[in-house]
Amino acid sequence: MTSAEGKRGLRIVVCIKQVPKAQELSVDPVTKTLKRVGVPSEINPPDQNALELALRLREKHGGEIVVLSMGPTSFDESLERAIAMGADRAVLVTDRNLGGSDTVPTALTLEHAIEKIGGVDLILCGEETTDASTGHVGPGIAGHMDIPQITYCSEVEILDGKVRGTRMIEDGAETWEAPLPCLVTVDFGCNKPRQPTLTGKIRVKRGGLVVHWSAADIGLEPSQIGLRGSPTIVAKVDTVQLPARGGRIFQEEPVIAVSLLLDALRKDKVIP
Amino acid sequence: MSEAHPTPPPMEAHRDVWVFLEARNGALRDVSIQLIGEARRIADKRAARLCGVLPGWKVEPLAHEAIQHGVNRVYLVEDPRLETYTSRPYTKVLAALRWKHNPEVILFGATKNGRDLGGRLHAAIDTGLAADCVRFDVTEEGFLDMIRPAFGGKSLAHIHCEKHRPQMASARLNVFLPPPRDPGRAGEIVRETVEITDADMDTKVVGFRPTVTHETKKIDDAKILVSGGFGMADPKNFAMLEELAALMGAAVSASRKPVDSGWVPKALQVGQTGKTVRPELYVAVGISGAVQHLAGMQESAKIVAINIDPKAPIFEVADYGIVGDLFQIVPEMIRQLRAFRGQREAPPPLPAAVPQG
Repeated sequence: MTSAEGKRGLRIVVCIKQVPKAQELSVDPVTKTLKRVGVPSEINPPDQNALELALRLREKHGGEIVVLSMGPTSFDESLERAIAMGADRAVLVTDRNLGGSDTVPTALTLEHAIEKIGGVDLILCGEETTDASTGHVGPGIAGHMDIPQITYCSEVEILDGKVRGTRMIEDGAETWEAPLPCLVTVDFGCNKPRQPTLTGKIRVKRGGLVVHWSAADIGLEPSQIGLRGSPTIVAKVDTVQLPARGGRIFQEEPVIAVSLLLDALRKDKVIP
Repeated sequence: MSEAHPTPPPMEAHRDVWVFLEARNGALRDVSIQLIGEARRIADKRAARLCGVLPGWKVEPLAHEAIQHGVNRVYLVEDPRLETYTSRPYTKVLAALRWKHNPEVILFGATKNGRDLGGRLHAAIDTGLAADCVRFDVTEEGFLDMIRPAFGGKSLAHIHCEKHRPQMASARLNVFLPPPRDPGRAGEIVRETVEITDADMDTKVVGFRPTVTHETKKIDDAKILVSGGFGMADPKNFAMLEELAALMGAAVSASRKPVDSGWVPKALQVGQTGKTVRPELYVAVGISGAVQHLAGMQESAKIVAINIDPKAPIFEVADYGIVGDLFQIVPEMIRQLRAFRGQREAPPPLPAAVPQG
């Protein structure tokens, strides 16, 4: 199953998602719904850290980086950017039946695509996406493939056919070691993703490095994917109404404003 | 592909609400106890039992603790191979118990390990999983209403899992209040055995470097937080906040930008990608109030905002605000707090009353 590392290097799959730029999102004050039209996209930021990590591992061990995504053909923009940053090639699973997939069919689809790519040693995902923020797809892929997983890693090394990852968890940094093939999710901000290079852009321009697969190409039935294959539904979405606090704002000069504030806090008994 | 799983029994055969009880270093994680309160409420609405699932090694005292907080029954799975969390053995335990007892609901605390486990488990047992919920309810039809922030906290999504069982969700840390502990409460401990093979142990924990505890503990437990934002302009200006915090009996925290800029440790970060806090008083200094930050502190009992920009969104959630230059306001607060303290702690001795005349 595992390729012999060192002979041909590592085959690394980096799973990425194209997301709207978080800081550009805003709620329409009239309709109270999220304004998505015309919002610029980017590669999900933690996925950029995963790609950077893959590029560094390839520099050290040799091999190939295949970037994998699932979504509409507009995602080609991000896949091409990943190639311009240094990935070797990219696969986009694109199929109208995939629309509305929750984390279960998403993990299943990516797993099927990884099986079709074949001979994969290491799968890297960002720790979570900035638009859905579940962190469930990476472990879901590992669960479907029945391979080990190491989540929330900030450092990853490959030693003697094993992966050693340092996980950032609540009370410290925990180091896990697992045999290849293995799935690793990468901590947001653990490295500085490089910029696309001119040579990379030229490779993109020559074309042929992004392939599209349909669900049928990877052996999935329409009933397994999209809304039909998703256990969860979004029943409704409420716009958050922050509780009105009717705040008192002091605009006086500092000495007076501070004095009024401290008096108010003492009256509320929150400071002695 | 993973092994084929059993055919699930009919929907109505699924009963009971389960909470994953996460043990770490011989104690239950805070979020596990917080979840017991919320899960108890859901179980009561469904007229169901509340059960805890506790994998680990030498963790029986924690089962009693969970019962005292409101769990009816604990499934206790003790095995030296479960002493430290790794993904595969824990997933195997949860999956085996799921197929044996058919729970209607399983809730996890959204710790790193809780999300690691939930994500792997939902694929293994083919059901849905809502992440990072901040509220739960039961719909008229009897479905679990799993409510979570969406789009960076700008909206709340209600997630339902109508056709698969169990309905699973993780819950954000520090959102639910821990239920009181009643040593008189009785419950049942059911010991379960799940075989953990060598093959299940292919992942090993080979090292651990703890975060310095004073950094992490401080912001979770503090009754008052003085939190600095990008407006602090320079890491050395946090010394001023430390001084203010010391005078108020507070701890110092931060918004995301000072953390991303490397000014303060990640453990101090409040917000969507940091911690959720609910102190009695939250003083936001030079924090504009991005929704991601508000998501982590808006449940504070009182909020004070200090910002130079009167239009900063932080003022919308503030009980009190001062519009002005924090480099004038914070030193003034320090000065006045010191003066007040001096006055209170060393009151001038009153002269003994001398009878006149």
